[in-house]
Amino acid sequence: MRARVLIRPKAGILDPQGQAVERALPALGFDGVRNVHIGRLVELDVEDPGQLPAMCEQLLANPLVEDYQIQRPDADESSQNVGPARRSR
Amino acid sequence: MKFGVIQFPGSCDERDALAAVSRVGDAVLLWHREHDLRGADAVIVPGGFSYGDYLRAGALARFSPIMVEVERFARHGGLVLGICNGFQVLCEAGLLPGALLPNTSLRFVCRQVLLDVVNADTKWTGACERGSRLSIPAKHQTGRYWAPEPVLDELESNGQVVLRYATGNGFNGSARDIAGVCNHAGNVVGLMPHPEHAVDPLTGSADGLALFESAALVAACSTDWVGGHR
Repeated sequence: MRARVLIRPKAGILDPQGQAVERALPALGFDGVRNVHIGRLVELDVEDPGQLPAMCEQLLANPLVEDYQIQRPDADESSQNVGPARRSR
Repeated sequence: MKFGVIQFPGSCDERDALAAVSRVGDAVLLWHREHDLRGADAVIVPGGFSYGDYLRAGALARFSPIMVEVERFARHGGLVLGICNGFQVLCEAGLLPGALLPNTSLRFVCRQVLLDVVNADTKWTGACERGSRLSIPAKHQTGRYWAPEPVLDELESNGQVVLRYATGNGFNGSARDIAGVCNHAGNVVGLMPHPEHAVDPLTGSADGLALFESAALVAACSTDWVGGHR
């Protein structure tokens, strides 16, 4: 099944890439933009979605400095947006 | 005294590391797929761009087959030095605390820097003098050392901060200007600057040689030292 992992820098850690983009947008005429953060998207087909959290902890994210959110876009509503803070199964 | 220098696909500073350690001992190149440290008394994880820094710098290299041996060697007290990308690999592998993040400037910087020796009691700084300064080139884009504040406090009080950028020499935004750290036992050290590029006056400074001499001293002074394979 298709899974999607969003990896974000942890809140509170300086994100100079996000800041650079935040500064660039007004130069293009886009005002009123705040709090820009740059992360990473990993998309994969998995046979066992139960392995996804371990994949995130060990490889896809660095849990010291990144948060991750697992999404299963093809699954039913109740199992979408599974992340480490909200894992219910 | 035998030094093993790891080579991952994408490493580029293993060559200078081999040349540097050859000045104080024997050197052997260890391809990342090998399962044997070949009797090395000390292991160097070199600089470069292992796996192209894909995903995160060092994130893939830490799972190379040779790293199983390096981790076992380190946990048994073996001498391990991570330089730049090697430092990133060791942090990703959990052999050193903290993480390396993109420089605050987002720029790749290649510059000679002055480092203060904070801890001269680690296995890699024994030949240095505490409080002395080393002139060593730094060249990296992802060298901002970070750890949670409580961990940083612990590192300071445990003496695990090994090298600091001297006043005015920090450029990457590292927490507390930390340039290098060690594990609790002091046998594993990681630093972002490149001592292997500072072993001959020809390139401006030979201050880096002291780190490799320190390791050679450990082997020479310990009568029952069998390269960490006790």
